[in-house]
Amino acid sequence: MLSDEVETLREVPIFASIEPAKLKLLAFACDRMIYRQGQDICRQGDQGDAAYVLLSGMADVIVSSSAGEVKVAAIGANAIVGEMAVLCNIPRTATVRATSRLEVLRISKDHFLALTSEFPQVATEIMRTLAARLSETTAELANARISFTTR
Amino acid sequence: MEKNLLRYIWCHTRREQLWILLLVAVSMVPYFLSFDLPKQIVNGPIQGNGFETANARQPFFRLAYDLPVIGHVELFRGIELERQQTLMALSAVFLALVLINGLFKFHINTCKGRLGERMLRRIRFELVDRILRFPPKNFKQLKSAEIATMVKDEVEPLGGFTGDAFILPALLGGQALTTLGFIIVQNVWLGMITASIVAVQLSIIPRMRRRLLELGRLRQLTAREFSGRVSEIVDGINAVHSNDTSNLERADIAWRLGQIFSIRYDLYRWKFLVKFINNLLAQVTPFIFYAFGGYFVLLGRLDLGQLVAVIAAYKDLPSPLKDLIDWDQARQDVQVKYATVWDQFSVEPLIAPAVHELANGPVPPLQASVVIRNLTLVDDSGARLLDDVTTEVGAGETIALVGTTGSGAEAFAEALGRLIWPTSGSITICDQSLLEMPESITGRRISYASGEPFFLHGTLMDNLLYGLKHAPRANGALDEKHLAEFERYATEARRAGNVEFDLHDDWVDYKAAGANGPDDLLNAVQPILDAVQISEDIFDLTLRSCVDAQAHRTISERIVELRRALRDRLAADHRDDVLVPFDFDLYNIQASVGENLLFGTRTQPGLSDQDLIAEPHFQRFLEETGLDQDLYQMGLAIAETAVELFHDLAPQHSFFGRLTFMSADDIPVYQAMLARCRGLRLDEVPMQERISITALSLSYIEPSHRFGLLGEDLMDRLVTARKIFHAELPEDMANLIDRHDPERFTNYASLLDNVLFGRVAYQVADAADHIRGIMKELFSEAELYESALAIGLQFDVGASGKRLTMAQRQKLNLARALLKHSDLTILNRPLSALDQRVEEAIMRSIIQQRNDAGQPTSLVWVVSDPHVARIFDKVLLFQRGSLIGSGDYLELSRSNTVFRELL
Repeated sequence: MLSDEVETLREVPIFASIEPAKLKLLAFACDRMIYRQGQDICRQGDQGDAAYVLLSGMADVIVSSSAGEVKVAAIGANAIVGEMAVLCNIPRTATVRATSRLEVLRISKDHFLALTSEFPQVATEIMRTLAARLSETTAELANARISFTTR
Repeated sequence: MEKNLLRYIWCHTRREQLWILLLVAVSMVPYFLSFDLPKQIVNGPIQGNGFETANARQPFFRLAYDLPVIGHVELFRGIELERQQTLMALSAVFLALVLINGLFKFHINTCKGRLGERMLRRIRFELVDRILRFPPKNFKQLKSAEIATMVKDEVEPLGGFTGDAFILPALLGGQALTTLGFIIVQNVWLGMITASIVAVQLSIIPRMRRRLLELGRLRQLTAREFSGRVSEIVDGINAVHSNDTSNLERADIAWRLGQIFSIRYDLYRWKFLVKFINNLLAQVTPFIFYAFGGYFVLLGRLDLGQLVAVIAAYKDLPSPLKDLIDWDQARQDVQVKYATVWDQFSVEPLIAPAVHELANGPVPPLQASVVIRNLTLVDDSGARLLDDVTTEVGAGETIALVGTTGSGAEAFAEALGRLIWPTSGSITICDQSLLEMPESITGRRISYASGEPFFLHGTLMDNLLYGLKHAPRANGALDEKHLAEFERYATEARRAGNVEFDLHDDWVDYKAAGANGPDDLLNAVQPILDAVQISEDIFDLTLRSCVDAQAHRTISERIVELRRALRDRLAADHRDDVLVPFDFDLYNIQASVGENLLFGTRTQPGLSDQDLIAEPHFQRFLEETGLDQDLYQMGLAIAETAVELFHDLAPQHSFFGRLTFMSADDIPVYQAMLARCRGLRLDEVPMQERISITALSLSYIEPSHRFGLLGEDLMDRLVTARKIFHAELPEDMANLIDRHDPERFTNYASLLDNVLFGRVAYQVADAADHIRGIMKELFSEAELYESALAIGLQFDVGASGKRLTMAQRQKLNLARALLKHSDLTILNRPLSALDQRVEEAIMRSIIQQRNDAGQPTSLVWVVSDPHVARIFDKVLLFQRGSLIGSGDYLELSRSNTVFRELL
């Protein structure tokens, strides 16, 4: 039901600052989807047409490289995935695979972009999240370089 | 083609013209006889001349002549008749003459009409024939709508004129000369005056009309350009909207219409001025007769009787004269029209007729290589597209043409496909120039496809087979009636200089496609459709279309089997969750409330929820089951939520796309409605608003809308109500709803819905994809896949194939080229609208198919990605119009720096 979904959306950091009435609208604009265990929500390299908010269940974020598939993160309820490909028009950077029965809200690209232009708070929050991820990645890269040179 | 219209008409219709002239001459005899008869009737039997005594008799129909030399000859003595008998006999003759005259007139007019229509048919055919023979570069400057106007409208008046082209001047000229001669005989001077005024009239009026003709020509040209512009607007409507140039187009059209107006207005002024002067001149002559003729009579130099006779005779002169001048005007008018059309169509050099000769028999394969010597291609502007290229396309070789756009690779391919004619140099096969080879060889043994496909308005299949329709194959099964009918058609076609091929014969060259006849054609087509990856699109078209159960029994009769196979398959895959089947005893949560209540397909797509609720029977049914309260409350809740969510959103906001049961304009309407109805009991709510609000509930689907309005209890009651609804369904409503029947096919739903017999689960992420994926297997297992494809191939592609996507059009165009199984296939970036991955996959499967076919055929492919050139035998590398490298992929990638850079 929409009202339950609104509660979940409020827990997602980038939507936290939006008033409940608008969150309900956002929830209405989303599709509520169910994924089976092992099913891919999105695949690395595909064109991104939507972002996803996890309502319940768990998923792995997997990056495939020449060395095979590498799991880079595990995500659970209230997480948002797939927003990068939607924002920057780039192919999916990772595969997201359900590790249990998963319920998600699917926000199509158009609706997501409409949201960011309508609510500057959302845009700011997205920037914050992305910046945090970037600094994390940078730190990891530095670590990886150090371990590489010391080897 | 002859530039002078009269000569053109004379050349093609002289026999008929002379025949009609003869007919006219013969028809004059009864015509003049009928003039004399009234006088005879009045003078003879009525006034009694010759019947002075009561028993007097007169010979009737006596044929006796006083001839010079021979003297008196009596051919027939006649029948002696009394006065009354003579009256009746003469009256009967009068009636007979009227009849004969009428019949002559009727026959002559029909002959003239037929002559004109034949001429029109000939001219039109000849014009289109010339279009077919225009050299390719001519089409760069032609607007299709302008050419169409010329062929259709501008030559139209020629048909009407043809019948009168020679007969009218002969007739009118004869009349005028006779009158003039009579006047001269009466009085030489008056005759001379009349003749000189006629001469002035005949010389001045046509001279004045020259301006008219010039204006007429201008009118024709502006009208032609106007129709060209209108068609340009239609073709480029998207560009107009996306560039906000609709007002520029309006201005352009208004300006053109203004020009046409001023030309036409000018035309009218001149026309009536000329008329005025003509009338004036015609009236001057009687003035001379009265003034000077009278003067001479007073002087006694002229006999009064002569003057009266001259004036009486002159009365007959202006009308043929005027008609003659009008005829001349019409002649010049059509001559100008004809000449402007002729200008457009007198193109040199035309493709020689021998090149287009119809070849019925099989055409021997081209097994020699194509030799290209010093080939230079230059475009309209004089830019060099290709410069002095010498190479060879060996028989059975696959060649990749590599180069950036504009490097010459495309031009080279176009030259091989005869789309550009060489400026210098030559392309030869077996020492015969490619340009001189008949199209019956090149069109069958060479195929060409580019990224700009051409499509006819017709079905997919028509378009696919277009490349195989070279010559009619006589249909042996024709019965005598049809044969006779065709013979009539052919004779008439010959008379108008048309070809007599029968369009309704079977034109498809099944052998070339690798089939024996229409029955196994699909077997030959299918691998090619698979290779270009369009089979799935076509299958999807089938699934989405409504299939007529009667016409496609193979599928409709086995629908139960297909439905069961789908259920079994889903159960076997443990994917029961993707589909919720219809069950008369259960509520289908994935279907809307309305669908659940009706449990059937609406037979009229236009029947909206509102219409349905407004039905008196449906109203009564809702009241009796008590659902009217529930559904009204539900509709109210939906309206409340929708208004709450959307009331402050701009109407063009993308979220409105989700609001399936309302449009942005409805929000304020419902807002006002809610304000009025809130707190009212149902029976207090006005009917119209009750309907509008209740209708919302019918389109509600819980998993999609998620307002939480549908409880178990309500669902049960809806199922119970559904049973009552169907038990008590009156005739007129039963016609509106085709009840879901697990055993039966319905014509009103798509084939996919027929097989599903249920609703796909909204919330299951890949449900639709999963079902799409197994549909093909289901049909294949039931051996119905081909029948399904055949249905999809009947899809109407729309004008220029616009109902298909560009990618689909390009794939289909490629399939058409491949279906010919020609010896040389030239593909000029045929799949530019596809992404590179798919393009490469298609390329590989086509080359694979060619290799598997056993007999090697040549393939020349302009590739967009140089990497794929590795799968070809040879690579030709072009840069700035020159061939800068030729050899196999590995060798070139080692030795050629330009090629290495491209990679």
